[in-house]
Amino acid sequence: MAPEAELELYRRMLVIRRFEEQVDELYRSARMPGLAHLYIGEEAVAVGVCAALRDDDWITSTHRGHGHCLAKGAAVDLMFAELLGKGAGYNRGKGGSMHIADQERNNLGANAIVGGSAGIATGAALTARRRGTDQVAVCFFGEGALGQGLLYEVMNMASLWRLPVVYVCEDNLYNEYTHRHETTAGELAARPAAFGIPCVEVDGQDVLAVRDAAAAAVARARSGEGPSFLICHTYRYRGHHVGDVDRAYRTRDEEQEWQRERDPIARLAAELLRSGARPDELEAAEEQATTEVRDGVDFGLAAPFPDPAEVTEDVYA
Amino acid sequence: MPEPAAGVRELTLGQAVNEALAEEMRRDPSVFIIGEDVAEAGSPFKVLRGLVEEFGPDRVMDAPISEPGFTGIALGAAMTGMRPVVDIMFGDFMTLVMDQVANQAAKVHYMSGGKLRAPMVIRTTLGATRRSAAQHSQSLHAWVSHVPGLKVALPSTPYDAKGLLKSAIRDESPVVVFEDKMSWTLRGPVPAEDYVIPLGVADVKRPGRDVTVVATSSMVQVALSAAEILAGEGIEAEVIDPRTTVPLDVRALVASAARTGRVIVVDEGHRAYGVTAEIASSITEGAFYHLDAPVQRVAAMDVPVPFSPVLEDRTVPTPDAVVDRARDLVRGRL
Repeated sequence: MAPEAELELYRRMLVIRRFEEQVDELYRSARMPGLAHLYIGEEAVAVGVCAALRDDDWITSTHRGHGHCLAKGAAVDLMFAELLGKGAGYNRGKGGSMHIADQERNNLGANAIVGGSAGIATGAALTARRRGTDQVAVCFFGEGALGQGLLYEVMNMASLWRLPVVYVCEDNLYNEYTHRHETTAGELAARPAAFGIPCVEVDGQDVLAVRDAAAAAVARARSGEGPSFLICHTYRYRGHHVGDVDRAYRTRDEEQEWQRERDPIARLAAELLRSGARPDELEAAEEQATTEVRDGVDFGLAAPFPDPAEVTEDVYA
Repeated sequence: MPEPAAGVRELTLGQAVNEALAEEMRRDPSVFIIGEDVAEAGSPFKVLRGLVEEFGPDRVMDAPISEPGFTGIALGAAMTGMRPVVDIMFGDFMTLVMDQVANQAAKVHYMSGGKLRAPMVIRTTLGATRRSAAQHSQSLHAWVSHVPGLKVALPSTPYDAKGLLKSAIRDESPVVVFEDKMSWTLRGPVPAEDYVIPLGVADVKRPGRDVTVVATSSMVQVALSAAEILAGEGIEAEVIDPRTTVPLDVRALVASAARTGRVIVVDEGHRAYGVTAEIASSITEGAFYHLDAPVQRVAAMDVPVPFSPVLEDRTVPTPDAVVDRARDLVRGRL
């Protein structure tokens, strides 16, 4: 028998992978408006971090945000509906891939400005502090956001004011089409250190390691000890977005090595089997994920577009 | 103007702002102030004097010199149930926070299909002639007025400053309030009791039949001075203040234009692509067949604000400039 908590991590990672594969297929078959930035390869980061969170903890997400959204508990069908611009979508078709927000699960939204949500996450942490709750905010961002000044401004204030926020840096090595060695001087971990923020580096392909590191950071925040910084080393299997198919900025060998040697889903499967899970338990999880995604995309494709008159709604609250 | 009621005092515009903040903070514990030098210093202009003593440093928060950072933090707080009032010391620094304001705060409600909201206020300044040169003198209210999702208030009197700010704090959408830094010492009647001025309602500051002068913020006093001079020549100017550029009370402006048939729009922002252009165009569309002449615009020159007084004073509209234009209009020379 597989331990239920770990099997759930496996299921969640599989749902994200199947979801993203389906998004890619929608793009290639020209059934989805616009583009999407796929999270394939990075699943262990979102799933591991969100496994350490409560429902009432907040997250902010990025342009590559489907994984964070699903890991925080969003419904697959409403996400597909949003990606397809349908009225039943999370944002009534007004946000699309890069702006999915799920208020019911305290997901404050994906963000199409790199690093753009760093202030929002830190402000949510300020709310928790001001109201005396023990909620925590997690700010997901890629290593590309380390080039943005906003992040350093809010890290400074989070440290000064001991705010309950966890900065999760997903280091997938590439700022869009450019290796981070060409864009980022010094050590990543030196940045939080400069603000007195404790930093942990973790293998982002190991969901259990990510979960444990996140749990420690979240516990620290919850108990009022202030912010933490988590660097998760990971890899984006696909291009910057679905249309980035030639990827001249990196080698196929590099891509295949990550997929062959360090796949987070295969890795957890092997560990589950080693620890006594039965193969049919894993197969059942795979079947469940495939079905959930198939049903979800069917829902999204069948859902109607919004009434064009809704274009003027929601400009002001 | 409202009838003076019992309990009406003479306050400066700065005192009216201070009173609005204090009343709203007493009424609603989710309201807090964040910005540079807002606590013990009470802001460089002392507008916030005494607030930290009453409400404490947790609600009157001194932030580092990181405008985008604390604006973003305020936004996150607003999205999770607080009502921050962000202090951007000079309107010129709005350029620093435009991502958080225009890409984030303005759009969060719309992008989320109406699920999320950002009930926050940004208080900042406009206005030249303090000899502060090009980076501390701009009037950039047109920039934010261009972004759907933001409301923009421009109080010109102590009464309006208090009532508009209280409305802004209670609004569910982000509101940017521009205060003319030369007007903080302007005195006027302010009721002691609780009142609000709805956003989007223009106010006739002086009635008149011959020419409409639409004036915003700092230019209301300029327009009133011009109207006084014109009255001595037998020309009755109506001075109307939209009070908010978003929402814009087009109906009231068009109604005044239709009555007088002649319109001058006066605003301290740059002329090109500015507030005067939008208002003049809206009036022309709504009152074209009532107009005796093209709508006139009097705005700041399209140059950076210079330092030397003899240069700076040339860049902003003056009562004489408005008087000259009004004479030409009324005498059929335009």
